[in-house]
Amino acid sequence: MLAGRSRLALTVGAALLLLLPFAVDLLLGRGWVRITDFALLYIMLALGLNIVVGYAGLLDLGYIAFFAVGAYTYALLGSPQFGLHWPVWLVLPLGASLSCLFGVLLGAPTLRLRGDYLAIVTLGFGEIIRIFLNNLNGPVNITNGPQGISRIDPVAVGGFSLGTTQHLGGLELPSVHLYYYLFLGCTLLVILVSLRLEKSRIGRAWMAIREDEVAAEAMGINTRNIKLLAFAMGATFGGLSGGLFAGFQGFVSPESFGLMESIMILCMVVLGGMGNIGGVVLGGVLLVLLPEAFRHGAGPVQQMLLGRIIIDPESLRMLLFGLALILVMLVRPAGLWPSVRRQRELTADDGAAQQEQDTVYDASR
Amino acid sequence: MSPLLEVHNLKVAYGGIQAVKGIDFTIGAGELVTLIGCNGAGKTTILKALAGLLPVVAGRVAYRSENLQQCPPHELVRRGLALVPEGRGVFARLTVAENLQMGAYVRNDREGIARDLQMIYELFPRLAERRAQPAGTLSGGEQQMVAMGRALMSRPQLLMLDEPSMGLAPLLVARIFATIREISARGVSILLVEQNAALALEVAQRGYVLESGLITMTGSGSDLLGSEEVRRAYLGG
Repeated sequence: MLAGRSRLALTVGAALLLLLPFAVDLLLGRGWVRITDFALLYIMLALGLNIVVGYAGLLDLGYIAFFAVGAYTYALLGSPQFGLHWPVWLVLPLGASLSCLFGVLLGAPTLRLRGDYLAIVTLGFGEIIRIFLNNLNGPVNITNGPQGISRIDPVAVGGFSLGTTQHLGGLELPSVHLYYYLFLGCTLLVILVSLRLEKSRIGRAWMAIREDEVAAEAMGINTRNIKLLAFAMGATFGGLSGGLFAGFQGFVSPESFGLMESIMILCMVVLGGMGNIGGVVLGGVLLVLLPEAFRHGAGPVQQMLLGRIIIDPESLRMLLFGLALILVMLVRPAGLWPSVRRQRELTADDGAAQQEQDTVYDASR
Repeated sequence: MSPLLEVHNLKVAYGGIQAVKGIDFTIGAGELVTLIGCNGAGKTTILKALAGLLPVVAGRVAYRSENLQQCPPHELVRRGLALVPEGRGVFARLTVAENLQMGAYVRNDREGIARDLQMIYELFPRLAERRAQPAGTLSGGEQQMVAMGRALMSRPQLLMLDEPSMGLAPLLVARIFATIREISARGVSILLVEQNAALALEVAQRGYVLESGLITMTGSGSDLLGSEEVRRAYLGG
């Protein structure tokens, strides 16, 4: 009975996800399909960061660097920059693997650091990568510096390119729709891997390290390897997402990989609910869609209420965004959709004194 | 027969200060041995060094006649050494059951783990009642039980307890010590580090008195309990 119902829910959910780009296109316009695609990319990033921050409890403020590594790998191997046009099935895994390597490179020297110190080092790492990309146009031009790399090959397998409108059995599928399905597939894959990891032995080891590293080590957990694995896994997801971004956007430049982006992804994780996959997905969706909605909505609303535009919608957008963040943290400190554990931690506290009494009573019997 | 653990001329530095200045002690198989001493005498430092959490400056630690140096902490658990850290170190957001299961991290025998879990619940009925509760919401005494149960889940041959009485109500301390005695009776060797000298010497077969990083006295538990010096220095009278 329950199995039947959950199967029905799954079918309806799948149908909705498949129809979503058409519905968005029809109701809000093609621009919003593009925004939806970006939301999926950010969900992948947030899920990757969730492994590092949410599961293993390692605060990483330079996460966008892995996104950059994936994106530039794709851009350099699939654009006129070097005249290379490697196939996607090679470039995407390569970018993800290279990101993984960078994850280990970042992880190795920071193993002894925790909390604030780790945050500072990772922040520096993120900036180093961005500055490198910005300056690697001389003496040998590799990244084209601040101008970035343009005319990147779209994602294409065989002769089937996602960069142009395709017709499948009478159905017209514009490029943004095609990318939507690709990103959806990748996001589902990332979700699946996250779910499996969470329930695995490795997942439990991450949580133990997050709770108490010394005790985790005393349990026989090889904390060094397990922490490196968290960095590597998170970075891999970031790299995959970065490669997809480069193919989708057709253009990359260092300014897409600034500190603000790292903070934004961290906000998705924290706001949605650290350690909870559903919460992280929700955080990703909201933090991509809401600022866009503000951007599009703030002007007309002012026009309607006040008769003219007093505050520039662009600055109002960040203001409202900040306000929303503060509000959520005040009202729901564990995130909009917290993991059961975090919720417990932040709510249950008053019972302990009574329990101590009970235990003392028990011991005296 | 050689003892289970043999420590020879152990020196450990802690934050630039030489906290343990060359000590010798042994623990036989199945023995309950206690290290007593004041705050700062070096008790916890010794345990941390034995558990591989602090580097050893000099000396030799032999466990079952094998040299333990350069053995990473996570390997020690596999060899049968388990530490219950000072301040308990339970995984606050994990439930009691999850905490206990984490103790069996190095083991793969599902049935054995399930049996041992049952055994822990029999040893600490409190924990059975609270198995689904996050460990961080338990009282201090219950958390100590979780920490001890968790260490036992790795099926140690040598259990190292760091100040199990710390911060507990007297009745709970008595309860915890009764359990320590029971664990010992089951054949697990125990190294007990305590500030509560009277209680520790009462349950231990042998004891070592530690003062500023050196062992100043040793003897059977009852001998030390009866000793004039120990009385004056640690038992308040």
